Amino acid sequence: KHTVRNYSGSGNIPHVCVVGSGPAGFYTAQQLLKGNNKIHVDIYEKLPVPFGLVRYGVAPDHPEVKNVINTFTQTANNERCTFIGNVCVGQDISLSELQKCYTAVILSYGAEDDRKLNIPGEDVQNVVSARNFVGWYNGLPEDKNLDIDLDTDVAVILGVGNVALDVARILLTPIDILAKTDITEYSLERLRKSHIKRVILVGRRGPLQVAFTIKELREMIKLPGCRPVLHTQDYTGLDSIYKDLPRPRKRLTELMYKTAITPTETDYKLWNNATKEWELRFRLSPLEILHDGVKASGVKFGVNRLEGSDMVNQKCVLTDETESVPCGLVLRSIGYRSHQIDSSLPFDVKNGVIDNTRGRVKDMKGIYCSGWVGTGPVGVILGTMTDGFDVGKTVLKDLDTGLLDTISNREDALQLLQRRGVKTVSFKDWNKIDMIETTDGENIGKPREKIADIDKLLNIAHA
Amino acid sequence: VSTRAKETVSIQFVCDDGTKYTTNAKVGDNLLDVVIENDIDLDGFGACEGTLACSTCHLILEQSDYDKLPQEPTDEELDMLDLAYGLTDTSRLGCQIIVSKDMDGLVVRVPDGVADAREP
Ligand SMILES: Cc1cc2nc3c(=O)[nH]c(=O)nc-3n(C[C@H](O)[C@H](O)[C@H](O)COP(=O)(O)OP(=O)(O)OC[C@H]3O[C@@H](n4cnc5c(N)ncnc54)[C@H](O)[C@@H]3O)c2cc1C
Ligand code: FES
Repeated sequence: KHTVRNYSGSGNIPHVCVVGSGPAGFYTAQQLLKGNNKIHVDIYEKLPVPFGLVRYGVAPDHPEVKNVINTFTQTANNERCTFIGNVCVGQDISLSELQKCYTAVILSYGAEDDRKLNIPGEDVQNVVSARNFVGWYNGLPEDKNLDIDLDTDVAVILGVGNVALDVARILLTPIDILAKTDITEYSLERLRKSHIKRVILVGRRGPLQVAFTIKELREMIKLPGCRPVLHTQDYTGLDSIYKDLPRPRKRLTELMYKTAITPTETDYKLWNNATKEWELRFRLSPLEILHDGVKASGVKFGVNRLEGSDMVNQKCVLTDETESVPCGLVLRSIGYRSHQIDSSLPFDVKNGVIDNTRGRVKDMKGIYCSGWVGTGPVGVILGTMTDGFDVGKTVLKDLDTGLLDTISNREDALQLLQRRGVKTVSFKDWNKIDMIETTDGENIGKPREKIADIDKLLNIAHA
Repeated sequence: VSTRAKETVSIQFVCDDGTKYTTNAKVGDNLLDVVIENDIDLDGFGACEGTLACSTCHLILEQSDYDKLPQEPTDEELDMLDLAYGLTDTSRLGCQIIVSKDMDGLVVRVPDGVADAREP
């Protein structure tokens, strides 16, 4: 394979760019910088601030998870790495333009779209996507004005994954605890006035198919002032099945089983004075959102039957039976999906991911993807990290074997953006925002008060 | 030569690719501290900085060493371990293992992040 080297500008130093500054983007960049001591990495980010879902997804009461930001900051401060915020790839600059400027383009732009239920009533008031709700309490600019009414006593969450548990926990956690986190002040105000007493989480299949993990479940069981409502009939007999399951599924199922069937004295003590509760319901598929013409008033479910001898991978089959659950708020937490930022990108529409083989985008030389945009929106940061490292190694290998043309025209990309009037944000600019947010937070007893207004963020950045 | 304030023992970290790192481990530190203090460059190790919120400090011990550890893993440690790749019955989280005097010569295995994030 021949390699075209461009000696203008930066010589034959490979410049690559990463699109998206979440865990995938940062971990891929980290691997690239470590594995090649000449390479330069530009990280483009749509928002004026870095870190993706670590800032805008991870729950405010999980500050430990956000410690990864320290490593990302080290990466960003590497002299061969440049953060270029406030650039929406696909809008401000196209993929093919980036391709002309960089040796490789790694797409790490996550999964920002929402899966919909496509059932009647889904668009009435107070049917809210978990994604927007999470964005709202975490200060994501586009969600700061979310239309949500917490003046109701029952909320139904459709979905049984970790995001569903995050949302339930935020709705049920005593406000004094939340007030010490970096949850946005405006959401705290609303939650303070919330009347929600009961949160019902609903899964299409059974307890063996829940997608949440045990840490998050244990947290819910121990949530102060809140009692779990697990129906014994859902768990009866499961003890003979979970024994033989792989350890994670086994311990998870066992914890649900024990909570439902054999709670301890300590458990009872914890739950006795509870004023709120959360409930797990299974084998129900939403058929219709009930409403009064304006606002949600309940969910009509179809009852499912589970089929298949492999107990963990049973499939659900809808029966004729239905059940209606009254509630004043419905949160849809059935998953995220990615979108196609360029029409030339091969896209797997069904799964909502870029078509790729281990990070190499199908039939597109020099284009890679890492993180949720390539793997699908599943799992925790650990999985995204592993994928980011893997894809980084793949790019390094392709570079070594001469599969990539060394292109170093990053100046062209930056000039293009300048001509188009795009005001980019550097990592130093972010440091200014970071400082103001932490100071604002400290003044009111929080680790940080996020600024949720794009213009304000940009004003600080460019001051 | 500075005098060491703390007693140290020798602990070896062995990666899946065969690389071995022999460390001076301070008694009372945890194994994540040891990795950091000894500048061992393990990709992604210790992402949550020892707060029991990730499982990147996953280590695998010999059964006999595992049994000798004074503290059994807590439910919370086991919960995080459940998310680790290549989990074994003698897995522990490095940030939860405290170095003691009798650990001199201990060998622990650092498992590779082998799992494929694309096939959950
Ligand atoms: C609600 C929620 C809570 C979670 N909590 C935890 C947790 O407690 N612990 C845990 O381990 N994991 C948690 N996760 C999972 C974790 O957040 C993901 O594994 C990880 O963030 C995926 O990383 P990513 O980089 O692929 O995507 P993202 O984090 O979404 O990053 C993508 C980045 O790309 C940017 N971008 C998008 N489009 C463009 C564009 N066109 N041009 C430029 N930039 C663009 C985005 O703004 C974003 O910054 C949670 C996920 C969610 C949704
Ligand atoms: S460093 Fe995260 S659990 Fe040990």
